[in-house]
Amino acid sequence: MHLTLEFGGGLDLLCQSVKIHQVDVAPKDENAKLTMRDLLAWVRSSLIKERPEMFMKGDTVRPGVLVLVNDCDWELCGGIDMELEEKDVVVFISTLHGG
Amino acid sequence: MDNMDCGVDDIVREIEKLKLDKKEIENRIGQLEALLSKKDGDASQMEDNQTSSNFNSMVDGHNTFYNGLTPGMIYRYSRHLLLPDFGVEGQKNLSMSSILVVGAGGLGSPVVLYLASCGVGCLGIVDSDVVELNNLHRQIVHPEAYVGQAKVKSAAATCRAINSSINIVEHNEALQASNALDIINKYDVVVDATDNLPSRYMISDCCVLLDKPLISGAALGLEGQLTVYHHKGGPCYRCLFPIPPPAAACQRCSDSGVLGVVPGVIGCFQALEAIKIASCIGESLSGKLLILDALSSRVRIVKLRGRSLHCVSCGENATLSQQNFRTFDYEGFTQSPMSDKAPPKLSLISNSARISSREYKNLIDNHEPRMLLDVRPAHHFRITAIPEAINIPLSMLADEISLVKSCLKDAEKGSTKGASLYVVCRRGNDSQRAVEFLSKNGFSGAKDIIGGLESWAQDVDPTFPIY
Repeated sequence: MHLTLEFGGGLDLLCQSVKIHQVDVAPKDENAKLTMRDLLAWVRSSLIKERPEMFMKGDTVRPGVLVLVNDCDWELCGGIDMELEEKDVVVFISTLHGG
Repeated sequence: MDNMDCGVDDIVREIEKLKLDKKEIENRIGQLEALLSKKDGDASQMEDNQTSSNFNSMVDGHNTFYNGLTPGMIYRYSRHLLLPDFGVEGQKNLSMSSILVVGAGGLGSPVVLYLASCGVGCLGIVDSDVVELNNLHRQIVHPEAYVGQAKVKSAAATCRAINSSINIVEHNEALQASNALDIINKYDVVVDATDNLPSRYMISDCCVLLDKPLISGAALGLEGQLTVYHHKGGPCYRCLFPIPPPAAACQRCSDSGVLGVVPGVIGCFQALEAIKIASCIGESLSGKLLILDALSSRVRIVKLRGRSLHCVSCGENATLSQQNFRTFDYEGFTQSPMSDKAPPKLSLISNSARISSREYKNLIDNHEPRMLLDVRPAHHFRITAIPEAINIPLSMLADEISLVKSCLKDAEKGSTKGASLYVVCRRGNDSQRAVEFLSKNGFSGAKDIIGGLESWAQDVDPTFPIY
């Protein structure tokens, strides 16, 4: 399944300072859907190069990280159990506090 | 009949002409009255320079209001009044509203400039910092002449120079849980232009308790974020972030840097949201988040979750009260300080593994064989460095152990005794982490320079640049 992943608010530093990643992620088995839970595990093992605790806590994102699927807060679309579809755009953004 | 028709036409024509003349005369009267009230205002301003004169009080003597606006206001804000979507109603609402801006820094600068210019009735500014030279590239409200003085004083002076007809209130103190209720209660709308995490939780909680809309902006590096909290049923800060992020995830402008115009753009957006809410026009960013990526010139607006029923601040069974708010430890809750300043210095390794910058200077003067390892990131090293230092960033140290070994060997050449390894960084925290790592990896004699390059500049070389 082709997805566009974006990292912002400093999370890009965890994946070699690359903000936008065009990726192909396969579901666990052929007939199953790919959920956000699967995607997070894939991101953690395939994209995050350092300090994974700055991205995840347990099996979900750490506090202070917003997940947006097609410009919508994932909490509005099922959160971690949400099923992804071909060409979805998933944005991981760390909230900023500076000014 | 023809004569009669002709007569009617003439009458209509003459009425139209007289109406036009009347309009012109009224305009001229308005201009002259505005001029007169400005002159009165200037006179009263000279009498009492301490308090900014309120435009309404200035023209009270003339008792001339058109739809709630004085001729002076009509002239000054005429381009607002010409907007069909804003008009007299919008300006009147704005002139009767009061807005508090928390923070007169990179975000707050454009916010207070625009709010003062556009004619809010009362503009409050709260901040306890003083203006520093390294603020001026982004904190555009402050002139050079105010370096060393209170930011609130500086910002208020600039705003008064732009618009003497509004009421500007200076709160030259830090906004804290102990005083926030009293200060915020005096205003209709709050703008969060602060630079730290505990202040963001504190201001959001206070706005929920007092039922005030909150316009929250943030900027760091080349990115910015903006939303409106607790407005028209939308979420508050705690609905989105019930648990604070780990302290290590909170970057500061003073560590990570910020391109000056980035908080400027976000601050302008904050001013826009504040003006819309105060004048009751348009649709706010409540329930939406604006994300700015300055490097790629992209602005994304995303839909956020709604108010959380379980929110401890604004939920159905909220536990937050004015009483427990006043004593809530926001710095403890977030494990980070209520400022952008550097955190307290680490004390990670024993004193025997550390030397002062003055002691290191003595080693140089005595030509002791040595190697100086600078563990700052490469872009820091390019700003300034002690000439003999070799740069291996802390994040790469584990992969470069052999390089440290060979450099240390080079340092021993031509000397009868072994060379010692010293580590330096910006403030003396990362250098301790490096020494801790090095001592476990074959460099038991490694020492760090206490206080880093800051202490070098302070105690050894006053011409050494600090940043």
